[in-house]
Amino acid sequence: MVTGVPENHIIRALFEGLAVKNPYTLEPEPGVAESWDISEDGRTVTFHINPEARWSNGDPMSAHDYVWSWKRLLSPAMGAEYNYMLFPVKNAKAFATGEITDFAEVGVKALDDLTLQVTLTERTPYFIQLMDHYSTFAVHRPTLEKFGQATDRFTPWTRVENMVSNGAFRLKEWALNRRIEVEKSDTYWDRDKVRLNGVVYFPTENVVSEERMFRVGQLHYTQSVPLGKIPLYREMKNSPYVQAPYLGTYYFLLNTTRPPLDDVRVRKALSMSVDRDKLNKTVLKGANVSAYSITPPDTLGYYPPQLFSYDVERARQLLAEAGYPDGEGWPGLELTYNTSEDHRKIAVALQQMWKDALNIEVTLTNQEWKVYLDSVTQMNFQIARRGWIGDYVDPNNFLDLFLTGGGNNNTGFSDPRYDDMILHQAPRAATREERFEIFYRAETLLMEQMPIIPIYTYTSKHLIHPSVNGLPSNLMDSLNLKYVWLDKDWQPEEASD
Amino acid sequence: MWRFITMRLLQAIPVILVVITATFFLVRMAPGGPFDSEKPVTREVKAALEAQYKLDLPLYQQYFSYLGDLAHGDLGPSFKYSGRSVNELIAAGFPVTAELGLYALLVALGIGCLAGIFAALRPNTPQDYIPMSAAMIGICMPSFLLGPLLVLVFGIYLDWLPVSGWGDIPGDKILPSITLGAAYAAYIARLGRAGMLEVLNQDYIRTARAKGLPEWQVVLKHSLRGGMIPVVAFLGPAFAGLLAGSFVVETIFQIPGLGRFYVQAAFNRDYTMILGTTVFLSVLIVLFNLLSDILAAWMNPRLRAQYGK
Repeated sequence: MVTGVPENHIIRALFEGLAVKNPYTLEPEPGVAESWDISEDGRTVTFHINPEARWSNGDPMSAHDYVWSWKRLLSPAMGAEYNYMLFPVKNAKAFATGEITDFAEVGVKALDDLTLQVTLTERTPYFIQLMDHYSTFAVHRPTLEKFGQATDRFTPWTRVENMVSNGAFRLKEWALNRRIEVEKSDTYWDRDKVRLNGVVYFPTENVVSEERMFRVGQLHYTQSVPLGKIPLYREMKNSPYVQAPYLGTYYFLLNTTRPPLDDVRVRKALSMSVDRDKLNKTVLKGANVSAYSITPPDTLGYYPPQLFSYDVERARQLLAEAGYPDGEGWPGLELTYNTSEDHRKIAVALQQMWKDALNIEVTLTNQEWKVYLDSVTQMNFQIARRGWIGDYVDPNNFLDLFLTGGGNNNTGFSDPRYDDMILHQAPRAATREERFEIFYRAETLLMEQMPIIPIYTYTSKHLIHPSVNGLPSNLMDSLNLKYVWLDKDWQPEEASD
Repeated sequence: MWRFITMRLLQAIPVILVVITATFFLVRMAPGGPFDSEKPVTREVKAALEAQYKLDLPLYQQYFSYLGDLAHGDLGPSFKYSGRSVNELIAAGFPVTAELGLYALLVALGIGCLAGIFAALRPNTPQDYIPMSAAMIGICMPSFLLGPLLVLVFGIYLDWLPVSGWGDIPGDKILPSITLGAAYAAYIARLGRAGMLEVLNQDYIRTARAKGLPEWQVVLKHSLRGGMIPVVAFLGPAFAGLLAGSFVVETIFQIPGLGRFYVQAAFNRDYTMILGTTVFLSVLIVLFNLLSDILAAWMNPRLRAQYGK
């Protein structure tokens, strides 16, 4: 029932999925399941649960835990935000939407205590990855049932004294808004590999105070780094600053149902006249990578098409063709973003670029987060800021955003050919190359219509104390604490500014 | 006196009821809901969530059901912190906020009273102008400016004091208390000066001086009690204001108090949490106002006589 990125870090310390991602390669490796088989047609996955896998109270883990937990996740009454993670499973969606009520029809069976068989609707190459997503983790049935019904949200099972988990760590202290502390679990199957005795998490919504806490030695690892501080940290010798590509795209939604953005030429003109490299170098302090499409480059070896580049001449020409030569007769346009200093800077830069390149006026409106979400969902905007962070490493996770009527589409983009490619052709592709080929064609189709203005591919940015080891950067910014250890012999070097 | 207290308490009930009603309907009118997020949920999921929190009932039913629960002291479950009740969250945050408010009040009283008395002793001289100008700046300076300035000077430049947290490192309570207390110190200084000036011009002070009493006795023994009445009357609203207004300071210094819950609740559209904190704080404000009235009555013989009947 967790949806945020910071919560994710804590959940993944406390719980473990059937398979986990290796933090160095992002390839799946054994978690609760010691191995798994995938049938020839890719539609049956059989997980073999590690007989050593234990809950933190000593109970052995079983395939039945998963059947029960997945039923809970998919139960309509639960209202789990992330229930679609299991929709590749046969009949899972039908069960979640109430079309069928018999869970026996859903493609998940415990063949015996240690064997879990999952039947999928289509071949789903990224299904094993989903086992490392917290929504598919198992929960401890007796604990949940002790405090209420499976689908009750309001029960105290997550309290320190009640929680039973199965990860490398277990919950030790939870002081609201203050700190969450976890300690090494002595029942975890791979406990010999765990080198940290515990982890303390400090909640904060303020990146500036987070950086200050790091500076005075209160933190080993920060979730983020304030943009303004990046140049300073870059220049440092033995800098704790670590930046790496991140599976996310920052873009603007264009409402293609309202003039003047119903004209593809206007959409293209806007997109082409954004100098992304300059924006990145100045406003963003070089901390990101310019993007020209929705899927981040090198997503599992997939590279998106680039159909355009920064081209003011072409942009002016397109705008003239659309009926606004040199901005004449321009009806005005409003750009909406959620209140944030960094979003504002980008919006202002874009406003200026469009003024300089196309001689058009764009007004900026900032809205408080929930108001902004409401505007986007209702499509009550012309241009709106957006970001998407991948849940799993696969182009599908970005391209299925723009399916007709999709909850995250919000642009009015709709093309039956596109829907067919994503929903039907890609899953049936026999090889990865063939599948990526289909994605490439679909993405080309999408970007020819330009329902979005891609701006940049995210990078993950952290400050990591030099004594921390085993914490590699990866595309998912995935942190597996099992690998992390602190160098006790680390000594600060002579201060050299 | 008891009649006065009972009357005031009875008067408070409609006030709080209005606050609840206005808040209840205002938060519902705000765009967006508690379950909106960047990754929108399907209609079925949203319906299920709303059913879990009884948001599927007609609004007036929700309103009366809320009032019913409130009568039992139950503020309902939080929407954001699943598995936690609003009562519990307030219980977790309030002691911290109360402590912060208390220290801030002490800072405000200490600085404010001294400056006020000091200024009143030599009105319209530099001894008056300097503290009063400082007070004016203090009133005008918002805490979201003063806080980071203090952090910059004492936390980073001089490196004397910790810059965030509450009770984690020795000394981390000092900067937030000063930041929060400063504006109130300024008010108290101005109120104190005005009160003292009025008293110092009274006949009985002249009599005291004519008796040949030393100046410190005149000030401490004869004028202070009367002169501080405006300050005391201000204390109730001030303390309530410190509690309700601490959210800026709590955010700057990462203090896990009620103010931070309050602000987050508004951003999260955590309906029950917004209502719960609002109700809680309005009850506190009413109580503190009453308390300071009682205190003022005790200090002012004229009022005491009036209420005593």
